[in-house]
Amino acid sequence: MIKHFANFEWKQFFRSTYWQKSIALNILLGFFAVYMMVSFLVMGVAIYPVLKDKFPDKNPLTIVNGVLFFWFLTDLLMRFFLQKLPVMNIKPFLILPLKRNKIVNYVLQKSALSFFNFLPLFAVIPFGIMLIANDHGTLTGLVWIAAMLIFTLIINYLNFIVESKSAETELSFLPIIVIALALFALNHFNVISFSSLLGSAMNAIVENPIFILVPIALLIGVYFTNYKILRKKLYIDEGVKAKTQEASTTNMEWTRKFGSIAPFLQLDLKLITRNKRPRSSIFILLIGLFYGLIFYPNPMYNSWEWMFVFVGIFITGIFMINFGQFIPAWDSGYYKLLMSQNIKYKEYLNSKHSLMIMVSILMFILSIPYVYFGWKILVVHFAALIYNLGVNVYVLLYAGSFNRKKIDLTQKAAFNYQGTGAVQWLVGIPLLFVPVLIFLLPYYTLGFEAGVATLIILGIIGVIFHQKLMTLITKKYLQSKHKMISAFDQSN
Amino acid sequence: MIQATQLSKRYNKNTVLTIDSLEIPKGQAFGLVGNNGAGKTTFFNLLLDLINPSEGHIKNNEIQVNKSEDWKPFTAAFIDESFLIGYLTPEEYFYFIGELRGMNKADIDSFLTQFDEIFNNEILGGKKYLRDLSKGNQKKAGIVAALIGDPEVIILDEPFANLDPTTQIRLKKLLKDLTTNSKATILISSHDLGHVTEVCERIVVLDKGEVVKDIKTSEETLKELETYFSA
Repeated sequence: MIKHFANFEWKQFFRSTYWQKSIALNILLGFFAVYMMVSFLVMGVAIYPVLKDKFPDKNPLTIVNGVLFFWFLTDLLMRFFLQKLPVMNIKPFLILPLKRNKIVNYVLQKSALSFFNFLPLFAVIPFGIMLIANDHGTLTGLVWIAAMLIFTLIINYLNFIVESKSAETELSFLPIIVIALALFALNHFNVISFSSLLGSAMNAIVENPIFILVPIALLIGVYFTNYKILRKKLYIDEGVKAKTQEASTTNMEWTRKFGSIAPFLQLDLKLITRNKRPRSSIFILLIGLFYGLIFYPNPMYNSWEWMFVFVGIFITGIFMINFGQFIPAWDSGYYKLLMSQNIKYKEYLNSKHSLMIMVSILMFILSIPYVYFGWKILVVHFAALIYNLGVNVYVLLYAGSFNRKKIDLTQKAAFNYQGTGAVQWLVGIPLLFVPVLIFLLPYYTLGFEAGVATLIILGIIGVIFHQKLMTLITKKYLQSKHKMISAFDQSN
Repeated sequence: MIQATQLSKRYNKNTVLTIDSLEIPKGQAFGLVGNNGAGKTTFFNLLLDLINPSEGHIKNNEIQVNKSEDWKPFTAAFIDESFLIGYLTPEEYFYFIGELRGMNKADIDSFLTQFDEIFNNEILGGKKYLRDLSKGNQKKAGIVAALIGDPEVIILDEPFANLDPTTQIRLKKLLKDLTTNSKATILISSHDLGHVTEVCERIVVLDKGEVVKDIKTSEETLKELETYFSA
């Protein structure tokens, strides 16, 4: 049976238009994966001699064990945002002569084969070998590798529990951030020193391999917690029961002020507030707003003025990048309606445009307090705002005309918690880094003011040609209309 | 009103629809029947410019549908659930469509009163989003939305499927009233020969993408169709 499951998923993946249309993106992801693997490999090989060199009187193994807490915490965070729980459309299988246990076990065991579980091995195994080569004993090296593998799997399953729990709440990824920050703070201020606790636990396992039974027991524990959660979801009414919320009809009369785009604006606002996936863009705003706090308080970054550009584009453009890259896929479920209704394409796109620029301006206003860290920050943020309004917004709208992937707002597919993975973040990279590069050239040749002016001028050019650009973009959408309709018609 | 000329649609080498010439005059109640894969939905999709014809063209009120969008203001359709916006309540959906067709909220509210019988208190004021309604109720909402704003051309793909018997009868009455009381051209496809002969003045039978029968409805039409399909 497992053979069949694997076969179905293979077909689902390769027979979707999305795959065929985005080979370039897949290749990019592939490169990224190779890059990560090589980095980990280098780290695994180099860390032992480096530590030995820097701290000759300490045992490198003890040092590494001491920082494992941060490794695990980062791993958990990375997974939460990048790793998807393996999705499988279970409904067709429910009435077939198949044990439900088998389906659940298949899904869970398959997740153990995720790239995220193999990646650490590239660092763990070389380090283990280095341990053996440096006379720590073969047993020590092997036990250490085994323990790390088990911990990696624990994090793997722990992540799914966190994901399923946070998918039930409305707050999306807020809980994981809060938990991670709390753990980090408790550790940092020595309230509970997780890092030394985990360090001594790991030391104990290495010294006395029998203790490896503790992480094994933990692994079994998290596996069965997952098992129970998924087992419950194997009834089709389970999804329905949780989903039917009381609806409220709202008018949003204030949107009338925006004239002909008002009905679409209302529709977009309802889209964002009533569906789980687009709703996450709201929480991303919060993250965006506080993003500057990571860099600005640190005096080291004060001289890196190009860094302000990156942060400024991020803060004022985070909603744009998050929401904009799925235009018009957000409307894919009813795209045929929009295409046959009495709708001017331009108004539809103008409403998306207005929504994005309004949020950008709002984010700029909310980020004004960063002026506390220096007036240059405010100036650069303003330039970044103008750049976003004049360049990035059109790039996103234009790129949308190549969008061929349907977004299922109703999320009927069981086990589907997030729907987006690493790809979503990759798309943002050019939008964030191109302005930094544009800033750097005049900045190094002519100075700070020239860099800022370049961004502002580019932005203003875009704003001036708004009508022209929108006509161009509309034309592009009209050209790909039929392709979009047929791609959005596909269920996967 | 509607004119298809030398129309054909191919997927790779596979021809799914070929219509040399088909004309539907203004105000006609036009029925399309045929087995699965006969090309009914393909024809409607071509008429709504949701797919591109391989050859030929369709004109809707003298406007070639894949060249200009000017047919949209007077054409309305309900093909399948993808014409519904799941996260809206039925009211919001009607208001949205109404707005696109130049009707304000009050207009829509008074327009909706005539459908109380069909809605059967299950659609309006129900505090449910469209996505949470049953298939049948979704269909009712979609069909009613297609009638908003007095469109001159109304396209309904299998309007009777998924509806309960009472609603089927009420919908039939509604469509008949519409054909007698308005100038609207109505295009319906159906697998139910009884319903379609009752509602439509003219019935066209498609088979493997070709027009095989073009009948003006009379007493004998149902018999004729039954004989044709049982052969």
